[in-house]
Amino acid sequence: MREVYLHTQDLSVGYNGRPLIREIRLELARGQIMTLIGPNGAGKSTILKSIIRQLELVGGAVYLDGRDMAKLSEHDVSRRMSVLMTSHIHPELMTCEDVVATGRYPYTGRLGILNREDREKVAQCLALVHASDLAERDFSRISDGQRQRVLLARALCQEPEVLVLDEPTSFLDIRHKLELLAILKDMVRSRNLAVVMSLHELDLAQKISDYVVCVHGDAIERQGPPEEIFTADYMMELYGAARGSYNALFGSLELEAVRGEPAVFVIGGGGAGIPVYRQLQRQGVPFAAGVLQENDVDYPVAAALASKVVGEKSFRPIGEEAFRQAAAVMERCETVLCPLTDFGPVNEKNRLLRKMAEEAGKLKETRRPEGGASPFPVSVHGQTASFLTEN
Amino acid sequence: MRKVWIRYTACFVLLAVLLAVLLVWNVSAGSVDFTASELLAALANPLDAGIIWGIRLPRVLAAAILGGALAVSGFLLQTFFANPIAGPFVLGISSGAKLTVSLVMIFLLSRGGTAGSMTLIAGAFAGSMLSMGFILLLSRRVKQMSMLVISGVMIGYICSAVTDFLVTFADDSNIVNLHNWSMGSFSGTSWDNVKLMSWVVFISLGLAFLLSKPIGAYQMGEVYARNMGVNIKRFRVELILLSSILSACVTAFAGPISFVGIAAPHLIKGLFRTAKPIVIIPACFLGGAVFCLGCDLIARTVFAPTELNISSVTAVFGAPIVIYLMASRKSGPAGRASS
Repeated sequence: MREVYLHTQDLSVGYNGRPLIREIRLELARGQIMTLIGPNGAGKSTILKSIIRQLELVGGAVYLDGRDMAKLSEHDVSRRMSVLMTSHIHPELMTCEDVVATGRYPYTGRLGILNREDREKVAQCLALVHASDLAERDFSRISDGQRQRVLLARALCQEPEVLVLDEPTSFLDIRHKLELLAILKDMVRSRNLAVVMSLHELDLAQKISDYVVCVHGDAIERQGPPEEIFTADYMMELYGAARGSYNALFGSLELEAVRGEPAVFVIGGGGAGIPVYRQLQRQGVPFAAGVLQENDVDYPVAAALASKVVGEKSFRPIGEEAFRQAAAVMERCETVLCPLTDFGPVNEKNRLLRKMAEEAGKLKETRRPEGGASPFPVSVHGQTASFLTEN
Repeated sequence: MRKVWIRYTACFVLLAVLLAVLLVWNVSAGSVDFTASELLAALANPLDAGIIWGIRLPRVLAAAILGGALAVSGFLLQTFFANPIAGPFVLGISSGAKLTVSLVMIFLLSRGGTAGSMTLIAGAFAGSMLSMGFILLLSRRVKQMSMLVISGVMIGYICSAVTDFLVTFADDSNIVNLHNWSMGSFSGTSWDNVKLMSWVVFISLGLAFLLSKPIGAYQMGEVYARNMGVNIKRFRVELILLSSILSACVTAFAGPISFVGIAAPHLIKGLFRTAKPIVIIPACFLGGAVFCLGCDLIARTVFAPTELNISSVTAVFGAPIVIYLMASRKSGPAGRASS
């Protein structure tokens, strides 16, 4: 077990002496990323602000490298901890290079004049976040994504041992989110940094964190490695979400299923069904899905969105029992869709279902660009024509 | 990097040249006019030398030193409030100082005494701090930049109204001086005054310059400044004290002078294209000096022999800049007073 670098002891945080969250016990080692998650307003930022001493502690203590932070001077803390917070800053007439250079503050002399070494470090940090080309640009005239990267460079330039980030990915598009977190992960590894941050994006939190802390109500509700935290039931509970569902394996969210007697039967599998399920859900059409092995990529989505799923055990060919059940459900549906085009020994029964539907005149074409069953037919989303408008 | 330093050097040279030219021009111009070449010859003539040494030079030096002090005070306040239109005059700090100085003067004059410069500075400082205290209290509740400035202007009006009231009903004939002073003027500055103001201003300026590192950090906002190792509480006190001393000193000697504290820093930042305090603090001092010398020259000579009060002239040049700043901020995020 690695040595703990930052820890809190019975920490209570809040405003004006009134505790908002009590009994916070966190432990973070270098080389680890700890992520705070929880609903809006739960107090993630309050905890971070208390750790960086922006807010006075209501009770307890924060220890940095075994020393009580309350007893450390600003200067001592600044050489060990740097921050990237959500507060928008509008420095006047500063280039991105100037902003990054402020990270050298704890290391420069009385008047803060940079020496050659400082300058090299500034350039290095800009390069690390792929922002060297921004060096001369005015900080107030770059995009949000660029700004976050420049501020991350500033934080790194301070040569911290622990980095505190408050929702570093808010306002960023998907590309910049991934880029920022990738840089962060690299830094953690190469500089042996400890990182504590708050994130809104559960999928990203699940993937990047070594340790997850769930802030809910007036306490830390749960904490542990992501495998223990990101279960479907707990995520719904943590966020008090009653509608829709959370897929723990992929960290993805699905909307609520359309309830009711299925009107459409979808023969899917191997990813072919997912876009059809989504479209039916959007149109508010209750549907049944089948027959899907439980390890089929379509299965979790069907389970989240369909009013009925006919399944088969993992790794088994579709058996008689499942087939009969599917046929019975299909019987009661007016329409059958079969986006599935690949049939083999394992899903032979699905071909039979398709044939039955065709004979009964229930099979409608799902229009797909260029036949071929690509496993993830994303282009189906691009089609505006509804599957059901022919009716 | 090198390019930037060339720019800074060029700008400093420009300011120094302007300052020198205006110093000479101010000393030469007046009811008895000298050309620059006559100036040296005039010094040999006891009568002319009396005018130059005894009257003009101290006045000109006072305008330069106090103008510089106002500009630096404005820059410090703008940093403190993260607000480009903060300044000792618009925030009512000068008017607060004016009120207390009037009180001190009336009190001492009515008892047949005279008010020494030190006493006036102390009185002005107390008034500055009083207004500053009000503004700080308000800035906790009023988060919008423009509202804070309006509050400051109102405080200024209240203080001016009380001052006018006192001046009107104080019937001592010496009060005439008080009236002139309360409109703002550099006239009647003695060498002793210059000596004292130099001490106060240059020491404060030196201290402000030594604060340029934390000021630079504070420009990034309080959160980051703290993270960089700035002791925020102490720093804020230092900033307030320095800016109040500087503006109090100006008010004590020359009365309230409007808008220099906003206009000069703004023009200087535009000229240098940076807000780095290590460059801007000395540059602001030079810029404020040039601005005030220019305005004083106009005040003395345009309608000679009638002399305008200095604030009228600085307002003509300074107020448009403030309007411009307010208008140009609307596209940016709403400014806020730091809390």
